[in-house]
Amino acid sequence: MKVYVNGELREFGGASLAELITLLELPVARIAIERNREVVRRSEWGNTMLNDEDRIEIVHFVGGGARV
Amino acid sequence: MSKAIAANVSEEKLIIGGRAFTSRLIIGTGKYRSYEEMRSAHEASGAEMVTVAVRRVPLDRSSESFLDYLNPSLQILPNTAGCYTAEDAVRTARLAREALQTDLVKLEVIGDQTTLFPDNEQTLEAARILVKEGFVVLPYFTDDLIVAKKLLDAGCAAIMPLAAPIGSGLGVQNPANLRIMREQLPDATLIVDAGVGTASDAAIAMELGADGVLMNTAIAEAADPAKMATAMKLAIQAGRLAYRAGRMPKRLYASASSPLAGVIQK
Repeated sequence: MKVYVNGELREFGGASLAELITLLELPVARIAIERNREVVRRSEWGNTMLNDEDRIEIVHFVGGGARV
Repeated sequence: MSKAIAANVSEEKLIIGGRAFTSRLIIGTGKYRSYEEMRSAHEASGAEMVTVAVRRVPLDRSSESFLDYLNPSLQILPNTAGCYTAEDAVRTARLAREALQTDLVKLEVIGDQTTLFPDNEQTLEAARILVKEGFVVLPYFTDDLIVAKKLLDAGCAAIMPLAAPIGSGLGVQNPANLRIMREQLPDATLIVDAGVGTASDAAIAMELGADGVLMNTAIAEAADPAKMATAMKLAIQAGRLAYRAGRMPKRLYASASSPLAGVIQK
């Protein structure tokens, strides 16, 4: 299937959101994930099965006071 | 500063969402030349709360966690900087809460790229949603009493009017508006957010009755950020003390300090 990750369309051979995160090799501390505009709790990453063209947003924190 | 006065400044806490802070300075984490410079400025400022922005994780490179560079004792205040609609701000706040397990959010909904002035209507809409969801909402808005009242009615924990455009360093452009807000909303927690350029600007905001000041660029873009952070810390303490002391009234004409009686005659 193909899923959008932070706006980029990517081929994904796995099934769950947890697998996607593993494949991306992202540091998982203090990140948060949205699937189709809804936050997916960390405890649900393993149970969340992705569908073709799902829109995944993965965010972290950066320096900023006002607009960065 | 004498010990008694220093104690007077520190005993009186700034309360936000049930948390008590000794420092009335909240600072940003952007625009520093290096993480080391940021850390030394944070330390010099005495601030206990710092604001951070939420952004997409870069997928093409392993990114180190910015948060690891912050002193772990600091309270992190995630912000919704960069959002232009209530919907985006609400989504950003929810993501921040999930990642940091904090209900605090500095709500920013920008209305225009050139001025970065807030969109008060979208801000209010987002504030209402976030308060219902249990967030402690600190909204950035135009220095307007009526908007302030609506934000407080919506349940915001504090109000954060701008002093001048974000990053402008112009200082308090409309002191009368801040005074009016202070007088009309005596119980509100009022934090001046954005526009401070140097220490006197922060002191003026505090003398007008602000409960605190949030700033980023004034410290980060100073030639010596740690020195400016110290200046800001002292200015905020001085301004708070002056406000609490109750300033003398302004007069158009002179008022002699020495007694008029007993002056020697020709």
